Amino acid sequence: MKNLKIFLNGIIKENPTFVLLLGMCPTLGTTTSAINGMSMGLATMFVLICSNVVISLLKKLIPDKVHIPAYIVVIATFVTILQMCMEAYLPALFESLGLFIPLIVVNCIVLGRAEAFAAKNNPWASFLDGAGIGLGFTLALTLLGAVRELLGTGKLFGATLYPENYGMLVFVLAPGAFIALGYLIAIINKLRTK
Amino acid sequence: MKSNFLNMALSLTVIALVAAGALAWVYTITKEPISLAKEQKKEQAIKDVLPEYTRTDAPETVNGLTVVRAYNDNTFVGAAVETAGNGFGGTIRLMVGFDADGNICNYSVLEQAETPGLGTKMVDWFKTAKNKQDIRGLNPAKVKFAVSKDGGDIDAITAATISSRAFLQAVHNAYNAYAGNPQADGLSGASAHPHTIDTTATDTTAAKVAADSVPALPETIVATPAPVRKPAPKPQHDSVHCPAHDTIIVEPEKCDTL
Repeated sequence: MKNLKIFLNGIIKENPTFVLLLGMCPTLGTTTSAINGMSMGLATMFVLICSNVVISLLKKLIPDKVHIPAYIVVIATFVTILQMCMEAYLPALFESLGLFIPLIVVNCIVLGRAEAFAAKNNPWASFLDGAGIGLGFTLALTLLGAVRELLGTGKLFGATLYPENYGMLVFVLAPGAFIALGYLIAIINKLRTK
Repeated sequence: MKSNFLNMALSLTVIALVAAGALAWVYTITKEPISLAKEQKKEQAIKDVLPEYTRTDAPETVNGLTVVRAYNDNTFVGAAVETAGNGFGGTIRLMVGFDADGNICNYSVLEQAETPGLGTKMVDWFKTAKNKQDIRGLNPAKVKFAVSKDGGDIDAITAATISSRAFLQAVHNAYNAYAGNPQADGLSGASAHPHTIDTTATDTTAAKVAADSVPALPETIVATPAPVRKPAPKPQHDSVHCPAHDTIIVEPEKCDTL
């Protein structure tokens, strides 16, 4: 029961994008389409789970004053592994996410969960927390990407729903990311507080 | 754990060493698939932009661009040129295919960072048969190879003129490399005067082109017509070096800064 609570915590109560407002850079940058948002969310989720588990295992061995550098090294290692594997086996995806993969290292969600959760809990709970937060981030990015793709180009996951000429191009560009994100946060918070 | 110098240095060193080891291991196993994927992508791009061919020459470098000539049973069918231009959001890298007559056969965008929804349309825009936006079948030396806004014959991508200019410039550079013409300098000059490229070349390159007018193609393909090229103008004796434009001005009276 407690484990389920940890897992669901990241999806609804502490959704990193809509409630904690963490990791806004990749949120705004990669969500030009639903599939891009989802891939970025999954990539972050992988790093989050791995780093949470490893940091939880290492928490007793790392002196207090070098917490942050040690965590950064662990996170950067997983991000680089992810980047190399993606480039080798999913080159098309790597191309569309390219720049944002290395930026997962400085995504404050990852470091935030390492500091706030993994450093105080056991590996299994940390794994669940990573999975929950990662899934919450993935869902948020997919939702934002879907809204932007639908309003901007008339497509959803690449399938055309209405002709592209009627799309509002601004939603695919940077300003549309801010507008769509703002409205989504407002709607989600209204629903959540009910 | 309480921190002191020894345990801080030791723990960080051990973590960094383990991380380095893990990365080295992953690097060795992904190295081959990564280069293979890149290689395949390039090969696929060459296949996409050329007519059917059975073999290719080793890539050669002309004007700094890579040219791959393709043959079908010793008949020259065309060449694929890897070219690049400065787009709106970064470098655009293209693979452009020309047939044996110098007409554009097809192209493929290898890399771009243009605005999504605007400049990114170049992937299909210039091969869509609609209005005057299709560049397939055109010979850059025979048509006004520029966007219609600059007086050319080709429709630019809606709301992405800069990307379109860069694209056409890159294709034109590819054609020059294919035909053995000297490279045009700069984007603005070539996009405004697509036909006067050779006059802006310095006298050394113009003379060099005049000297070796026929590209060194293998004898086996003599039957096919050589790529159509217009003769490069020879530098005249009264040409003057214009310090403002840093080029040789063939007709000094036309340069307002002299």
